[in-house]
Order: sequence, then C-alpha cells, then structure tokens
Amino acid sequence: MESVVLYIAMFLCILVMLALYRGIAGPTVLDRIISISVIGTKTTILLALMGFIYKRVDMFLDIALAYALLNFIAIIAAAKFFRRRKSIIPGEQCSLDKGGE
Amino acid sequence: MSVLAVIFIVAGIFFFTTSTIGLLRFPDFYTRMHATGKGDTLGAFLTLTGLALYNLHHGFTVAAILVSIKILFIALFIFIANPTATHAITKAGLDCNVKPWEKKESSK
Repeated sequence: MESVVLYIAMFLCILVMLALYRGIAGPTVLDRIISISVIGTKTTILLALMGFIYKRVDMFLDIALAYALLNFIAIIAAAKFFRRRKSIIPGEQCSLDKGGE
Repeated sequence: MSVLAVIFIVAGIFFFTTSTIGLLRFPDFYTRMHATGKGDTLGAFLTLTGLALYNLHHGFTVAAILVSIKILFIALFIFIANPTATHAITKAGLDCNVKPWEKKESSK
C-alpha cells in the first residue's frame, strides 16, 4: 500500500509537469491562471500524499490546508486584477469603463 | 477499507488525468475552464475521501478519526473554493470581451 501511494504521487508529479506546459505556452494570461490553479490543486493532494509517505499525516495536512487557502486567495486576486485589463489578450483592446462600479 | 480507499484514489486520479488532458488539448480559454473546473474539483474530492478512508485502516482510534475529519474538511473547502475560483476567472475573461472559440467553416 505504501508503494501505491508513492506511485500515485509520482503520477501526480507527471500531471503537474503536463499542466506546466499550458502555463508556459498559454496564449492568454487567463490560460496561465487556469494552469496555476490546476497545479495548486494537485499540489494540495500531493502534500497530503507526502504525509502518508513520510508517516507525518497531521503535520503535512496543515501545510496542505494552508496551501489550498493560499491557492484560492491567489486565484481570486489574479482574476480581480486582470478583470477589465487591456492586456488580457495581446493585440486586442477591452472597454475599460464598461458599466463602472 | 483499504481496497475501497484505493478505488476512490484511482477514480480521483482518473479525473485529474482527464482534466489535464482537457487543459492541454482544448482550443479555447472557456473550454479549458470547463475541463479543469469540474475535473479538478471532483478529482480532489475523490482523492481526499480515499485518503481519509485509508487513514482509518489501522483502527478507529480518536487521533485517526480526527485526522480523517481534517482531510474531509480540506476536501469540503476545495469543493467550495474551486468552483468559485473558476467562476471568478471566467467572469474576468467575459468582462474583457474574450471571444469564445467557434468552429471554422470548412470550405470544401
């Protein structure tokens, strides 16, 4: 069973590498934000799995919870920051004062 | 209990794999969001539920039950927070007039 957890962690690392390709080569900024969100979710699972590998589940779960919270806040902040920005697609203009809060 | 945990974890890994393939292969920002927003949420939920079951396979002590409850709280948090983040990013794209992808007319 320990080796099953180890293999699943290695497979998740491969999936993180694949998601990182979209983060590097994504055409728009939002693609990169999606990629970071996906990598953050996978890292949360990976931290929980690391707790089972190193037999320190309670300590690694706190780190995983903190990582999940930080990931959520970072994605919300990035989405708020890039809302109504001109540079979200290269070469296109976006109406900055549409509506106006 | 351990077999059930492995079934849950493998199902979660399957959803992670499909969401990553969707992130790589879909043509548009919105379609990628569609793939990752659902696949990642369900994959994380299933994997963490499987880990919470696997944590109990030594016996139902108080410490093990508390750790399992903590794992389920992380799963619940991801289950709420991940669709919220997806909605925020999609709203950011929609407010900037990102055009959705359309199938090109094949002029044969």
